[in-house]
Amino acid sequence: MSSKTGINRTTLYRRRKLLDSSFRLITATSALTVLLILLLILTAILHKSLPALTLSIVLKTPGRGYYLGQEGGILNAIVGSLQVALGATMLALLLALPAVVFLHSYLRSKSYLAEAIRFVMDLLWGIPSIVYGAFGFMLMMALGLRASLLAGIITVALVELPILSRAMDETMKLVPQELKEATLGLGANRFQTTTRVVLRQAFPGLVTAVLIALGRGIGDAAAVLFTAGYTDRITTSLLQPVATLPLAIFFQLNSPFPEVQQRAYAAAAILTLLVLLISFISRRLSRRLSQHKVH
Amino acid sequence: MAKLEIKKGRSSGETIPKILTGGLAFFPMILAAAIFLVLILKVFPLLSLKSLPALIFSAAWQPSRGQFGLWPYILGTIWVTVTAFGLAGPLAILTSIYLAEYAPPGLRRLFQPVLDLLAGLPSVIYGMWGVLVIVPVVGRYLGPIFGIQSSGYCILSAGVVLAVMILPTIISVSVEVLNSVPLALREAAFSLGATRFEVITQVVLKKAFPGIVAASSLGLARAFGETIAVLMVVGNVPVIPHSLFSPAYTLPALLANNYGEMMSIPGYEAVLNLAALLLLLIVLSFSFLARWYLVRISRRSR
Repeated sequence: MSSKTGINRTTLYRRRKLLDSSFRLITATSALTVLLILLLILTAILHKSLPALTLSIVLKTPGRGYYLGQEGGILNAIVGSLQVALGATMLALLLALPAVVFLHSYLRSKSYLAEAIRFVMDLLWGIPSIVYGAFGFMLMMALGLRASLLAGIITVALVELPILSRAMDETMKLVPQELKEATLGLGANRFQTTTRVVLRQAFPGLVTAVLIALGRGIGDAAAVLFTAGYTDRITTSLLQPVATLPLAIFFQLNSPFPEVQQRAYAAAAILTLLVLLISFISRRLSRRLSQHKVH
Repeated sequence: MAKLEIKKGRSSGETIPKILTGGLAFFPMILAAAIFLVLILKVFPLLSLKSLPALIFSAAWQPSRGQFGLWPYILGTIWVTVTAFGLAGPLAILTSIYLAEYAPPGLRRLFQPVLDLLAGLPSVIYGMWGVLVIVPVVGRYLGPIFGIQSSGYCILSAGVVLAVMILPTIISVSVEVLNSVPLALREAAFSLGATRFEVITQVVLKKAFPGIVAASSLGLARAFGETIAVLMVVGNVPVIPHSLFSPAYTLPALLANNYGEMMSIPGYEAVLNLAALLLLLIVLSFSFLARWYLVRISRRSR
C-alpha cells in the first residue's frame, strides 16, 4: 500500500518536472522566435534596399521623366524628412519641456493633478497618427494654410508631444529626491532646483527622450500624408510643400517602373539606417545615464 | 527686514515661471478636448441627414450616390486586428513569461534593445516588408495550400504584419507587469515545493492576469489605429470579409486614401470625420482601460 503511493508520488513528481521543463522550452522557443523575426525583417529589408543605395540616388533631386524611371534621386525626401522631423522635434520640445518642468517643480508626484496630466499624456500617446493627421489637416484649413512644411511640422509635433513629455518625465523621476532636498535647503526656489539641478542631472535621459521622439517623427507617414504634401524640389520655405522619406517609399513602391521602385528601396534603406542610428545613440546615452544614477 | 526681502524676492521669482510652465502643462488636456470637439462638430451636419446606426451598420458604400455605410470598414478593421492579436498575443505573452521568469539577466539585457528597435521601425518599413515578403508568401504558397486563389493582398497578410508591429508593446508591458508581482509570493509558493511552472501558472499569472490583459489591450489599440502598413497589404476593397484570404479595407486606410480630397461630394467630409471619431473612441477606450489599470499597479508596487 505504502509502496504503491510511493510510486504514484514519484510518477507524479516526474510528471510535474516534465511539465515544468516543457513549459520552459515553450517559452524559450517563443522568445527565440521573436528574436528571429526581428533578424529576418532587418535582413529582408536591408538585403533588398542597401543595393539600391547609390550616390546619384542620394545626391540628386528628381529630374525630367523621374517617375517614368529616368534621371534623378531622392535628395528632396531626405532633406525634407530631416526638415520636418527636426522642426517638429524642436516645436514639441518647446511645448513639452515647460510642461514637465511644471510637473516636477510645482506638483507633488502623486498629486491628483500630476497623475491626471500624465494620464492624458498617455492617452494622447495612444491616439493613432492618422487621427492627428486628420486633426492637423483641419487645423491647417482653419489657419488658412495649404499642405506645407509648416503644417507638417505642426502635425508631427503633436504626434511627438506625448512621447517626448512622458519620456522626459520618466527620466526626471529618476533624479534622487535627496538631491532636490539639498538644493532647496541651500535656498534655491523650486524652479531653480528643477532647471539647474534636476534637468542637468537628467540631461542624458532628456537627450534620449528627444531622440526617441525624433525617430518617431522621421518615420511617421500618416501624419504628413495630408499636411506636408510632396514636392520634387528641396523645400526652402515653411509655406512650401515638402517631400518626406516615408511618403517617398509609399508612393514609389508600387510603381510599374523598376527604376522608380529602386528609389523606394533606397529611401527605405536611408530611413531604416537613420532609425537604427538614432536608436543606437539613444541606447548609448541611456547606458551613461544609468551609470550616473545615484541610487 | 533682510529676511523678508529675500522671501519676497524668491516668491516673485517663482510666479512668472509657474504661470508660463503651468499653461503648457494643461496643453495635453486642451489638445485632447480640441481633437474630440473638432471631430464631433464636423460630424454633426451629417447626423441631421442620416441616423448614426444607419451609417455604422450599413454595408452600402457609394459616396457619389450619398450612401455612406461604414460597416465593411469597421468589420475589416476588426478582422485585421483580431488576426494580428491571435498571432501576436500568445507569442508575446509566452516570451514575456520567459523573459521575466526564466531568462538569465544577460539575455534580458540583450532583448530590450531588440524590442526597442522593433517598436521604433517606421510603419512604412513594415509595410514594405509586407509587400516584399508576406504578400508573395501568402499569395503563392499559403493560399494554394488551402486551395484558395488570393493575390496575397488580404486580411492574413495585414494580420501578420500588424502582429509583428504589436509584439514589442505587449512584451515590454507584460514583462513589467510580471516583474511587479512581489517576490515574496513566489518564494512562498516555492517553499511549499511548487515547481517553477506551478509557481508561474498558479501564483504569478493569477496575480498578473489583469495586467497582461491591459498589456494586450495596448497592443490591440495600436493595431486598431495602424494605418500605412495595413493600407499597403490589405487590398483596400470595401467588402464584408468572409475569410482570412479575402481583401478588406480598414478605417485608418479609408482616412489615409480619401482625406483631403473629399470636398466635392456633400456629406463625404463628415462621414470621414465620423470614421476618425469612431477610430478615436475605440482606440481610446482600449487604452483608457489599460492605462487605468497599469497606473493602479504601479501605485501599488511603489
